[in-house]
Amino acid sequence: MDDLMQEFLTETSENITVLDGELVALEQNPNDPGLISSIFRLVHTIKGTCGFLGLPRLEHVAHAAENVLGKFRDKELTVTPPAVTLILEALDAIKYILASLEQSGTEPAGDDQELILRLNEAAQGRFADPAATSAPVSQPVSEPSADAPAGKKSRKKALATVQEAETLDELLAVLTAAQESETVVAATETPPVIVAPTGIPATGPAVAGQAAAAPSVTPAHDVLQDHGGVREPGAGQSIRVNVDLLENLMTTVSELVLTRNQLLQLLRREEESCFAAPLQRLNQVVSELQEGVMKTRMQPIGNAWAKLPRLIRDLSNELSKKIELDMRGSETELDRQVLELIKDPLTHMVRNSADHGVERPADRLAAGKPEIGRIFLNAFHQGGHIIIQIGDDGRGLNIERIKEKAVANGLTTEAELSVMSETQIQQFIFRAGFSTAEAVTSVSGRGVGMDVVKTNIEKIGGTVELRSVAGQGSTFSIKIPLTLAIISALIVEVAGERYAIPQISVIELVQASADNKTGHRIEHIDNAAVLRLRDQLLPLVTLQEVLKLGSSTVSPQDDKYIIVTQIEGHVFGIIVDRVFDTEEIVVKPVSPVVRNVSIFSGNTILGDGSVIMILDPKGISGAAGELTMRCADAIAAPKTRVRQGDLTTALLIFRAGPGGPKAVPLSLIARLEEFERGKMERTGQSHVIQYRGKLMPLIAFEGYSPDLSHGMQQVLVFADELHTMGLMVEEILDITETHVEKELEGLRADLIGSAIVSGRATELIDPAYYLRQAFPGWFSSTEREATQLTRGKRILAVDDSSFFRNLLAPMLGVAGYDVTSVSSATEGLKLCEGGEAFDVIISDIEMPGMSGHQFARTLKHDPRWASTPMLALSSRFAQADIDLGRASGFNDYIKKGDREALLGALSRSLGQQIGSIEGHA
Amino acid sequence: MMEQPTPPKTADTMDKGRSGDYLTVRIGGQLFGMPVLEIQDVLGPQRITRIPLVPPQVAGALNLRGRIVTAIDARTRLDLPKNNPDSREMSVVVEYRGELYSIIVDEVGEVLALQQIQPNPPTLNPAWRTISSGIVRLQDDLLVVVDIARLLDFTRTETVH
Repeated sequence: MDDLMQEFLTETSENITVLDGELVALEQNPNDPGLISSIFRLVHTIKGTCGFLGLPRLEHVAHAAENVLGKFRDKELTVTPPAVTLILEALDAIKYILASLEQSGTEPAGDDQELILRLNEAAQGRFADPAATSAPVSQPVSEPSADAPAGKKSRKKALATVQEAETLDELLAVLTAAQESETVVAATETPPVIVAPTGIPATGPAVAGQAAAAPSVTPAHDVLQDHGGVREPGAGQSIRVNVDLLENLMTTVSELVLTRNQLLQLLRREEESCFAAPLQRLNQVVSELQEGVMKTRMQPIGNAWAKLPRLIRDLSNELSKKIELDMRGSETELDRQVLELIKDPLTHMVRNSADHGVERPADRLAAGKPEIGRIFLNAFHQGGHIIIQIGDDGRGLNIERIKEKAVANGLTTEAELSVMSETQIQQFIFRAGFSTAEAVTSVSGRGVGMDVVKTNIEKIGGTVELRSVAGQGSTFSIKIPLTLAIISALIVEVAGERYAIPQISVIELVQASADNKTGHRIEHIDNAAVLRLRDQLLPLVTLQEVLKLGSSTVSPQDDKYIIVTQIEGHVFGIIVDRVFDTEEIVVKPVSPVVRNVSIFSGNTILGDGSVIMILDPKGISGAAGELTMRCADAIAAPKTRVRQGDLTTALLIFRAGPGGPKAVPLSLIARLEEFERGKMERTGQSHVIQYRGKLMPLIAFEGYSPDLSHGMQQVLVFADELHTMGLMVEEILDITETHVEKELEGLRADLIGSAIVSGRATELIDPAYYLRQAFPGWFSSTEREATQLTRGKRILAVDDSSFFRNLLAPMLGVAGYDVTSVSSATEGLKLCEGGEAFDVIISDIEMPGMSGHQFARTLKHDPRWASTPMLALSSRFAQADIDLGRASGFNDYIKKGDREALLGALSRSLGQQIGSIEGHA
Repeated sequence: MMEQPTPPKTADTMDKGRSGDYLTVRIGGQLFGMPVLEIQDVLGPQRITRIPLVPPQVAGALNLRGRIVTAIDARTRLDLPKNNPDSREMSVVVEYRGELYSIIVDEVGEVLALQQIQPNPPTLNPAWRTISSGIVRLQDDLLVVVDIARLLDFTRTETVH
């Protein structure tokens, strides 16, 4: 009986899960006869089975619910939201009883008279909600559902038999038969996947015929034939297997895989071996076996999502919000162990989206969004991993509130916050005890949440990334391995020891050489190693130092390898001596004495039989310490800043000449170099050096006169498409991110402003000044005519960043323009109102308040300024952005910081204007 | 091997000072005895993977027939100088709290039935005293009886990083 009960519980809980989903679907689509029949059958199955097992309380509830559903099916009642709520309530009661059964084996005390009464009332057409009482459905139904009554009939027959059955054996026989029929009925609810059991083409009639020909399970066939053979029974094709058995099988196969790897490695050393052929065969068989066993553990992620539609429905009622749940890729399969572990985090995140993310309908309408909020789930495979995205189109994370909370909870200080990027601030939501919900609701806001979610996901080797845009919503991307049993790892060597790094953490590999022959070189800023990777400076961590290993076995002159990895929004590189192959490894837990070394996430045995430690990049970033991460913050910041339209700027701090430290925007520097002074050549008043096959002029910083006879010279290289120059400085100090605000009174020609860096006033230099020194002919020769043309032309520059305004004004001033700059579109419009006139308007796109797009659209409708050419200046440069800019009315779209392009576009639009004026004249 | 019936299984602490069969090992010239019943394996020189950032008594990890075993350097545990790298060390594998440990010793001797285990002299080096459950006087040598649980007790202490 115990087994029978277990079987019943497993089956019923599966059915209930299906029911939840189907009922919500029914609410949205009340006239789907197939759906009603399917729900009816499921409830009926539950009722039928528990009758046998002597579970009266459960049976009564199920019976009452079935009555109501029966009326739906026979179209005596209409499906209305209150009716569905009532049925869902009945399901909850059933779940409650089931939970008790699972725990204690008996039904809980008490009864459900009140609920049953309401259900019976409902069956009579009397709902608590008077609006719900209505006449039978009058719409014609596309397809009569003849199957359900038949199924009911067959079961009734079985039920009747039970009452007459006297011996236990008889009872069991009947029960089996009845169950069989139930199972088949249940099986017909599964999507019509046609699987031919014996290789016969699985066309509907053929299967039905075949089934009818088999004499043993008669009741089932009636049902099948009633279905017209459209669907295929799946029940006979699958068996239930204890999960532990599968787990053990998986472990054994994992070990087998490792042994195979070892054998293959041995074989590689042998030139010719009689083992070669059988080993190849073994290899193949083991691979197939591994794949097969993996498949037994795979389940569609939809299983973890099945409860979400119900959850969202309940939440939208409770929170008075309108939410639509969009689930994609629910057929994506992943390991059941992983599935179990992510189920709760997923539910939690969806809950969060509904509670914190999606706004109330009124707020949404006010914000110009559709009334119905959208929560989406998307799952797909990507290179050995599963990506699950959970997102909403709600209000996005409230940065200000996070800041307040972070300070209030003592997680950080105002000062630290001021230099953080939005992405970094958003990461606070993953910290323990952090919730920004204003009030604790029954839904969320208890502050035990995202940190647990993150920990759980990281426990299984996954990562969570967060992207949130204010007013547009938030998206979490979870990346998890397909299976926990075997992971792919990169084997690296440092100081003669080998370590494994899980492939999931590796973004890319970079080979860096001392002589820059690979195009990558490790450089140092104030003892912090960095690597220039494309347009980014990457902070580096030396694994050897982190692991406190002795001296390296490779000389510093040898090439190093950098493993680029990302942890919590920080991208950083790990320097190792060598990189070997990737290997498939089985992660084994480390011995207790190693357990609290956070750098190791496990250990394993490699193909050659040696033990190897598995590194945890998160532990490495933690152990690498504050300094490195601070460096990472500063370096990672520019990219984020540009994307988020933040007002801070990344600066390179250096020392040269008298006075305090100097700064230059990092984005303007092409490279940092160190030259041997002996290799510099003197031409007239200035110095040059051979650099990348060309002569590059070197200018000393104003007031800095180094002794150029010996030693090394630090040089900042500035470049555009045509010109490259080096600025000689004394020492490079740091990279930092800060607000650039004040314009200096009586500014020196080579300075554009000042900033407070680490409590010290730091002068911000103007690279253009030095470029003009290096290339005196630069402006005069190429742009003299242009200057003639442009002299005195008035330009309006709109940019919320004071730094860019400060950069634009002198730069355009030099080119002969008369520049007026304002910090917002609104101010620009005021000038328009005030009757000002400009020849060209340059505007930033991402600005607080009115955006560049809105600004352009407004102006194009204003007769006063409609004909003034407009140039968009933005750091976003995707084709879509450019198209959008043009659609808004911008004549040209220029990348921020691209001086040449800007000057070119300016003279072009002015030329056109002049041309067109002349044409008209 | 054993004539007398095996004594009933008792907690580690109860075993100390009991007479029975001991495997003699030599560490830094001194003779030690380890309870035979607790020993799972005796190994020759092994390829050991170093583990950074762990207490110095942990020599590393090794692969024993597919199981990962933590190697303990008995010399470091006993405050003795490290062996020169080319010495052919032996290992004694024991199980402690469900984990396998391989204790690296200089040489492995024979199995002796020990009686009359006497308490540690108070002058004994504290590092030795913590791991020893007594002393036995052999004919021409003194043998320190090792309490495996106490020898490996440090693996449970929290390492601070």
